[in-house]
Amino acid sequence: MAGEIQNPIIRVRDITVQFGTTRVLDGLNLDVKRGEILGFVGPSGAGKSVLTRTIIGLVPKVAGSIEVFGVDLDSSSTAQRRNVERRWGVLFQQGALFSSLTVRQNIQFPMREYLRVSQRLMDEITMAKLAMVGLKPEVAERFPSELSGGMIKRVALARALSLDPDLVFLDEPTSGLDPIGAGDFDELVRTLQRTLGLTVFMVTHDLDSLYTACDRIAVLGNGKIIAAGSIADMQASQHPWLRQYFHGKRARAVMT
Amino acid sequence: MNSDPKLERIAKGNALALCATGTWTASFAPVLERIVADAEKLAGSPQSIFIDVSEVAKLDTFGAWLIERLRRSLTKGPVEAQIAGLSANYSSLVDEVRRVRAGAVVDSSPITIAGMLEQIGRTVAGVGGTVAGLVDMLGAVLAAWFRVLIHPRSFRLTSTVHHMEQVCWRAVPIIVLITFLIGCIIAQQGIFHFRRFGADIFVVDMLGVLVLREIGVLLVAIMVAGRSGSAYTAELGSMKMREEIDALRTMGFDPIEVLVLPRMMALVLALPILAFLGAMAALYGGGLVAWLYGGVEPEAFLLRLRDAISIDHFIVGIVKAPVMAAVIGIVACVEGLAVQGSAESLGQHTTASVVKGIFFVIVMDGVFAIFFASIGM
Repeated sequence: MAGEIQNPIIRVRDITVQFGTTRVLDGLNLDVKRGEILGFVGPSGAGKSVLTRTIIGLVPKVAGSIEVFGVDLDSSSTAQRRNVERRWGVLFQQGALFSSLTVRQNIQFPMREYLRVSQRLMDEITMAKLAMVGLKPEVAERFPSELSGGMIKRVALARALSLDPDLVFLDEPTSGLDPIGAGDFDELVRTLQRTLGLTVFMVTHDLDSLYTACDRIAVLGNGKIIAAGSIADMQASQHPWLRQYFHGKRARAVMT
Repeated sequence: MNSDPKLERIAKGNALALCATGTWTASFAPVLERIVADAEKLAGSPQSIFIDVSEVAKLDTFGAWLIERLRRSLTKGPVEAQIAGLSANYSSLVDEVRRVRAGAVVDSSPITIAGMLEQIGRTVAGVGGTVAGLVDMLGAVLAAWFRVLIHPRSFRLTSTVHHMEQVCWRAVPIIVLITFLIGCIIAQQGIFHFRRFGADIFVVDMLGVLVLREIGVLLVAIMVAGRSGSAYTAELGSMKMREEIDALRTMGFDPIEVLVLPRMMALVLALPILAFLGAMAALYGGGLVAWLYGGVEPEAFLLRLRDAISIDHFIVGIVKAPVMAAVIGIVACVEGLAVQGSAESLGQHTTASVVKGIFFVIVMDGVFAIFFASIGM
C-alpha cells in the first residue's frame, strides 16, 4: 500500500495500438498521479478515446505495458483484475446506460454484483448518488430512453461512481451539456475528487473544464504525448497546435 | 491502511457519544450496515448525542450515508444528534448526503391476478391494433409504389439490388439444402409406407403435388420470415433507436419510400425465385431417394412425374409466393418501426416479427387452399 502512494495510479509505458495498418498510438508513455484530475486533450481523431479504451482493456494493444493501482493488467490474475475493475468507474461518451433497466437499476447494477447489502441501503445510496450528480429523485424510475442527453451523462456518472471508486475515466463528460450544467459538472468532479480522494482521467474538449477542474493536462498528438503539465505550461508552450488551442478565440474568451 | 470499522459507545452523564473508527467505505458496507442497525436501537433518552467521526480512517458515500442515517434515526423530539470531529475533507461529502431525502423510492407494483388478467385483456384488444397497423403499412407501401410508378427516377434501384443480394442470392445455399433434405425425407417416408400396398410408384405423385403446391413455397416462406424478416426488423429497429429514421424525415425523405419499399420489392421478387429453387431441390432430393432407396429408375420417375402433375400445380404454388413475401415484409417493417428506445424492445419486436410473419404465412396458405379448391385448381 505504501508503494502505491508514491507510484502513479496509472502507468502507461510504450503503448502501441494499431487498427489495420494505421498506427493510432505509437510508443506512448503516461503517468497519472494519485488524487489528481488529469485533463486529456488533443485534436479530434488523435486517439484520446482509444487510449482510454486501451487502458480499460477494451482495445487490444500491439506493444507496451499498462499498470493500474500497481497491477500489471497483462500479467494479472482474474481475481486481481476483477479487484482493479471494482476500483475504477467509467463514464462512456454516449453514457452506455443499460437501456432495458431503469435509472435506479442501472446505478445499483454494480452494487448488486459486488456488495452484499440490503435493498434499502442500495436504494438510499442510489438517491444519494442521484442527488450528488444533480438529479431529482423522480428520475430513478425512468428508463434511459426517457432521459435527455445531459441527464444520461449524469446518470452515467452516478453509475460510474456507484461503488465509490478510487479512479474514474470520463470520456468527454461535459460535451452536450449546457454551460451551466457543464460548470456544475466540473464543480462536482472537483468536489468528489476532494472528498473521496478520487483520481480522475478526463478526456475533454471543454476549455472551461481544463481551467477550472484539471490539475494537470496531457496533450496527445501523432500517437504520443506531446506535452504534459499545468495550464500555465500549456500556455507557455510553443507547439503550434497548443498555441492555437490555448490562444485561439475561444480560449481567450475563457481566460478573460 | 484498511481496518475494520467500529462504533464505540461512550456515555458521559446525560450525553451519549458514539465514536466511529476504521474504514467506512463501500468494501465494508455489509458490516457497516449491521453496526448502524445495532446502534439505531440504542435505548435511553440522553440529553445530547454526538457521533464522533474524527477517528475514521476513510469515508466514502456509503459510510457518510450510514452515519447520516444513524444521525437521523437518533434524532428524536427535541434531542438532535450531532456529527462531530468532521475533517474539512469529509464535511462537504456529509453535507452532500444530508440533502438526500430517504424513502423516496417507489416500488414497482406487485404482480396480482387482476394485473395478469388485465395484461391478457390488453393483448387481445391489441390484436385489432396489430391488424390496423398492417393495413396501414400496406396502404403506405402501395402509395409509395404508385408514386414510384409515376416518378420512376425516385425508385431506389441500388438499395433494392443490395437487398436482393441479401435475401435472395445469399439465401440460396441454405434454402436449397433444407428443401433438398425435406424432399428426401418425404420420398423416404412415402416409399416406406406405400410399399406395404405395393404402391411404391405413387410416391412420385405425392412428392410432386405436395412439393409444388404446398411444401416448397410454405417452407421457403417460413425460412425467409426467420432469416430476412428478422433482419429487416432488427435493421429498422436499430435505425429507429438511433433516430436515423427521424433524421430521414427531417431531410424531407419518406422512410417508407427510402427504407421499406426497396426491402419489400426485394422480398417480393426473391421469394418466387427461392420457392422455385426450393421446389426443384426437393424434387431432386425426392427423386434421388426414390432411386437409391425405392429402386425407382430416374427415367421412370420423370415419366411418372410428367403424368402426375400439371402446370396448374406449379402455378398454384408459385402464385402464393409474392403474396407471402408481401405479408412477411409488411409484418417485419411494422415491427421494426414500432421499436422503442431499449435493447429489450428490439428483441421483443424481432421475435414478434418472426412469430407473426410465420403465423400470417400459414393463414394466407389456408386462404389460398380454400380459394383454389373453389375454383377447381
